[in-house]
Amino acid sequence: MKVIYGVARPDAGTILWEGKPEVVGSPAYARRLGIGMVFQHFSVFPALTVLENILLLSPKGTRRQELAARISELSQEYGLPVNPDATVGMLSVGERQRVEIVRCLLQEPKLLILDEPTSVLTPQAIQELFVMLTRLADAGHSILYISHKLHEIRQLCDTATILRHGKVVATVDPRQETDASLAHHMLGTLVPSLSKGTSAESGAQRLIVESLSRRAETVHGVDLENINLTVFGGEILGIAGITGNGQAELLEAVSGEWQSPSARNVCIDGTAAARLGVTRRRRLGLVYIPEERLGQGSVPGMSLVKNGLLTVQVGKFVRWGVIRMDAVRQFASKCIEEFDVRPATYAISAEALSGGNLQKFIVGRELLQAPGVVVAAQPTWGLDVGAAQSIRQILLKLRASGVAILVISEDLDELLELCDRIAVMANGRISEARAVGETSIAEIGRLMSGEHEPVPANAAGA
Amino acid sequence: MAEINFIVILLIATVTAATPLMLASLGELVAERSGVLNLGVEGMMLVGASVAFAVAASSGSLLLGTVCGALAGALMSLVFAFLTLSCMANQVATGLALTIFGIGVSAYIGSGFTGVSLEVSGPLVVPFISDVTILGTFLLGLEPLTYVTIVLFFCVRWFLYKSRPGLMLRAVGDVPDAAHAIGFSVLGVRYLAVMFGGAMAGVAGAFLSVYYTPVWVENMTAGRGWIAVALVVFAAWNPTRIMFGALLFGGVTILQFHIQSANLGIPTQFLTMLPYAATIAVLVIISSDRARILLNTPASLAVPFRP
Repeated sequence: MKVIYGVARPDAGTILWEGKPEVVGSPAYARRLGIGMVFQHFSVFPALTVLENILLLSPKGTRRQELAARISELSQEYGLPVNPDATVGMLSVGERQRVEIVRCLLQEPKLLILDEPTSVLTPQAIQELFVMLTRLADAGHSILYISHKLHEIRQLCDTATILRHGKVVATVDPRQETDASLAHHMLGTLVPSLSKGTSAESGAQRLIVESLSRRAETVHGVDLENINLTVFGGEILGIAGITGNGQAELLEAVSGEWQSPSARNVCIDGTAAARLGVTRRRRLGLVYIPEERLGQGSVPGMSLVKNGLLTVQVGKFVRWGVIRMDAVRQFASKCIEEFDVRPATYAISAEALSGGNLQKFIVGRELLQAPGVVVAAQPTWGLDVGAAQSIRQILLKLRASGVAILVISEDLDELLELCDRIAVMANGRISEARAVGETSIAEIGRLMSGEHEPVPANAAGA
Repeated sequence: MAEINFIVILLIATVTAATPLMLASLGELVAERSGVLNLGVEGMMLVGASVAFAVAASSGSLLLGTVCGALAGALMSLVFAFLTLSCMANQVATGLALTIFGIGVSAYIGSGFTGVSLEVSGPLVVPFISDVTILGTFLLGLEPLTYVTIVLFFCVRWFLYKSRPGLMLRAVGDVPDAAHAIGFSVLGVRYLAVMFGGAMAGVAGAFLSVYYTPVWVENMTAGRGWIAVALVVFAAWNPTRIMFGALLFGGVTILQFHIQSANLGIPTQFLTMLPYAATIAVLVIISSDRARILLNTPASLAVPFRP
């Protein structure tokens, strides 16, 4: 894709655009040809407002007011609510992607490239996006849709090309295929299906969040309103919802990055912990797998050995105030081995690993500490099918051993597959957790768009 | 009437003392917004001051001197830009070296001009304004270059927040990789921004040596270049706050002059320190909102860009 969009240059071969060979030398040239792209790793500018971000890609002489009007018009039409004056740095991952999609659509491209666009949308919004994409396709636009969600491909696409390790392995008509057969092409082997196993049913309330409220600290943050949830040992509780509905604030309150004035807001294994810092909560057996793998989950430039040391209770690896490097290396090796991190060397820096392998390492590092409560934010975001599946399998294994697991994810399929109970966050509130068998995608989708409370006319979006 | 006149004189002195800081900080602001931290402001100011004085004393033209001061500052910053942008040298170390280099070069250029004084032109005569008493006295007392500085402030603010190239510049300072992906020339933008900063520092130096105290003294900027750098940071990269900080510095400078002449027995060294300390203290307090600072900080400041 990067070659098509002019960011990278091909080593060999040509691109035919409207029948003519073209050398796409720059993204600006690609845009002039009518190629628009929504990146998976966003290319938005955090310090600028939404409007300014879009203005940067608009033709010269575009007036701010006109553009703002077009943005609101477009975002309403497609159910992608964005506030043109919001500073992008204050927005969540999901909202940033929305900005990218809107930015792309405003250029009315002939070819629209979308890289994993649905991870941040409600099920209803995905359907609307598909309707919109179909409409664009009918109007003569070409759409290149990159996704690992096979059922989306089957529903939406006319032809599908399957890539594996940079090679085309098959071109198929997705409507004639099944998820399993597509996955087989993708991985070369059959996907190990998740075996959910039985839960330990220990029944103990290991993590309790009780009447937690919190004022937003940033301009575009979300106020948390009376959050209540309980995670039992041997259970995975999922929290669904579109990013930016209070998940970040809730995670900070649970992990200890933000401390509540009232200690009973968060209880870990019976200890009132809401006023404790991150380290003291870790000592109580809580581990946190953050959404941002590079930066929050690991230090990009440090080797895996050093990254391994970071969240481990330091006492284990320090003698006379000196770090015992041999013990740390052993720990890192064990983590790499048990969780199948590749390449299997602890000397490599965190940023050199692929997302999936880094996530396996981070998850491994946390799980080797024998936690009682695991909090995972978007644990499989951006991972390929194989890596995502192994992360899920690890979580399920943990569940079987009686650990309480809280998973916050935008991937509804994942939550339905993984969780015992699901709650939904919208506008800083959380719905009552329901057993997976007793709920439906449609109901969760309704809750995700905040329909259990009075909503202003166009804010629901989906 | 006498009191009013005294206040007007104080105001004139304040704005005039603040002018070099305004110039240097606005220049550094533009450079830093593009993601380049140039710690060589002090050196560029000194070279600007010495070149401007030398040219003005030789040619008799203050304007020509000022223009040459600007060019000298820009040339210094071009060296810096080449080293940090094209050769990807460390910006902090290179900036420090540039200052040390500037101190030496300026002393060399100015060595023949110590003790020379410039013929200062009469005050600017603006028709109409001259008739209004108080305002007239105030506006008349200002140096022409101060007017230019105030106009430049509005230009810079408009450029950064309203114009498309300014938007591009902020984008480059924020996420250079994304700016590159969109198709902007990151290095081109940064070269221009750094050179604008250099020219502004040169003019700031020229203001000191040609207009403010029309003599050349070695090391005459006395740390104003450093204050300019600090001002940009503590003002959270906001041009209006920079102007406020510069005025504060000017005000305290003038105030301590008067305290010195009042002979209160306070050591002069302590009084000379006051403007620097007061400026930093006040700016630290008003910019203590962490979220706001984070939002304004050019995310890629001092990080080299590899295309």
